[in-house]
Amino acid sequence: MNETQKRHNISLYVENKPGVTIRIALVFARRGYNIESFVGSPAQDDRYSRINIEATGDSQTLHLMLEQLNRLVDVIHAREYSDEDVIQKELALIKVRCNNESRTEILQITGAFKCRNVDISDTTMTFQVTGKSSKIDAVSKMLDKFGVLEVVRTGKLLIARGKEETSW
Amino acid sequence: MGYISGGRCLRYSYPIVKHSFLVKDPKELPSVINQAFHIANTGRPGPVIVDLPKDVTSALIDVDTSGEFTLPGYSIRKEGSLESIKEAASMISSAEKPILMVGHGAVISGATQEIKAIVEKMQIPVINTLLGKGCFPESHDLNLGMPGMHGTAYANMALCDCDLIVSIGARWDDRIAGSPSDFQPQAKKIHIDIDPVEINKTVQVDCSIIGDAKSVLNSLYGFLEKGNTQRWVKQIRRLKREYPLKYKKEGKLRAQHVIEEMSRLTEGNAIVTTDVGQHQMWAAQFFKTEHTRHFLSSGGAGTMGFGFPAAIGAQMANPGKIVVAVVGDGGFQMTLPELSTAVNEKLPIKILLINNNYLGMVRQWQHMFYDNRLSGVDLEGNPDFVKLAGAYGCKGFRVKRSADVRKVLGAALAYNDGPCIIDAEVEKYDNVFPMVPSGASLDKMLLSMPRKKLEKPKGGT
Ligand SMILES: Cc1ncc(C[n+]2csc(CCOP(=O)(O)OP(=O)(O)O)c2C)c(N)n1
Repeated sequence: MNETQKRHNISLYVENKPGVTIRIALVFARRGYNIESFVGSPAQDDRYSRINIEATGDSQTLHLMLEQLNRLVDVIHAREYSDEDVIQKELALIKVRCNNESRTEILQITGAFKCRNVDISDTTMTFQVTGKSSKIDAVSKMLDKFGVLEVVRTGKLLIARGKEETSW
Repeated sequence: MGYISGGRCLRYSYPIVKHSFLVKDPKELPSVINQAFHIANTGRPGPVIVDLPKDVTSALIDVDTSGEFTLPGYSIRKEGSLESIKEAASMISSAEKPILMVGHGAVISGATQEIKAIVEKMQIPVINTLLGKGCFPESHDLNLGMPGMHGTAYANMALCDCDLIVSIGARWDDRIAGSPSDFQPQAKKIHIDIDPVEINKTVQVDCSIIGDAKSVLNSLYGFLEKGNTQRWVKQIRRLKREYPLKYKKEGKLRAQHVIEEMSRLTEGNAIVTTDVGQHQMWAAQFFKTEHTRHFLSSGGAGTMGFGFPAAIGAQMANPGKIVVAVVGDGGFQMTLPELSTAVNEKLPIKILLINNNYLGMVRQWQHMFYDNRLSGVDLEGNPDFVKLAGAYGCKGFRVKRSADVRKVLGAALAYNDGPCIIDAEVEKYDNVFPMVPSGASLDKMLLSMPRKKLEKPKGGT
């Protein structure tokens, strides 16, 4: 089973009702899937919600899991997206340690990644980064040597490219 | 539900129900109840919980409140795709050694006539799972009974030699496909099921049709062309002759004897329910089921104590029918307080208690796989079940000797003023055979107790 431990992007369109999250999470738990990130928000039509899940597990099980998700009465649609089909964004706040010597270099690096400086103190700076998850990974890696104190990430957001509606 | 209401009841039940509702606004109630019945009864049926907080149960609502609903996330594919139906038809038409495997899905969809038509047109032998019993008459020349762990030898042998298995609403569970990754690799497999989740869940199949069995078989029939199964059918008849189910009628009273006699006396007309254990497997082997929905057992859930309450339900729903609950002395004691219900309602249920003074099935495993080191399985503290019957105001019979079986069962069948317990004191150390050890493939079937030591099994009772 282990040979295909892959990350998968799953997008769901669900009824905006209590208990939906538990039912979805149980499907993942039962199949031994680890949820890396989970983002939910009301859809345009507020009777429904959109949920983006990033999860790791083997691809064979994924097919079965999607069927199980689709079988849930509260799930209207569940499907997997490969990276090509969708625009993927994430937002992160990164708090980094700084002093008078390092401040300029940090501002240069974060500037190159188009990060926004949202807070400054004597010893720290906090940046807002948006973009692909891989970009956020890259920024925090670059800042590592200064001492990254905290990273808070939203988790992956997905939207289908072009005219197609996500999760249909 | 009151005590654990207010959401908690739902939390515990999420993994085991098909769906659940928590009603917060009393006005939603009519709609929710309609949804609950719709979801419970359609597609692959399953339990639905409606959790009602106290303020909702005591609220007053306008009788005209709408019960309408829409369920955009709930749709059922009934028809099955024409493409896969045609593919299946050509696989079946060209098979030389095909087998139909009839499961609970076929029973639920009411596919008896459709199966019969296909069997007769195509001359295909039939096996049925525990819960598929009766969907196709077990007395039929082409019926091989139940396959699997305690299935008939001829059903398992036929499975080992067939070239095509068509599952009709059967899910290749671990009692049949103990070793799913190498389950009958010589045979192609077709799976008809209304629940897409079952497809390729355990056993990988060559062709799948997602839809209602009755509807799918109905359209499949039209595409079938009679192939040549003559030699196969001959072989099947020979297997049935050469490897019949057997037991000794002399000596100590045997559970098989009691059950087979009850089957004979009721001529396929009784509704049979069972608990879980040895008696359940013997009932599966020896109670020949002729009609659909005439064999009720807890199946994959494996719940001891199911038999008697199920019999109460069956008898309530079918007042004119003979209902026989085949129960174990262990399992019966899990739900026996229901005797008061049966006595109060004067339900003429025949409780056929296979009393071996043991948790027999577990004793059998300890005997076969653990050097007969018995632990926690003897039921020395059993009550006197005839006296127990009396204490509830219920009739009690006892049978101890093979010679008395027919007489006692006859008397019990003639008694219809209320429930009765037939305490059948049977051989304590009998084991169920054939047996395919848990996790093993069907060709590892044992027909009797082997001399050499057995490996520890991979699964549980
Ligand atoms: C509620 C429950 N507990 C435990 C088991 C495990 N189990 C399976 S068969 C069995 C023994 C059943 O004994 P009995 O009811 O006397 O029937 P017998 O096997 O002797 O016919 C047990 C304990 C179960 N299936 N269900």
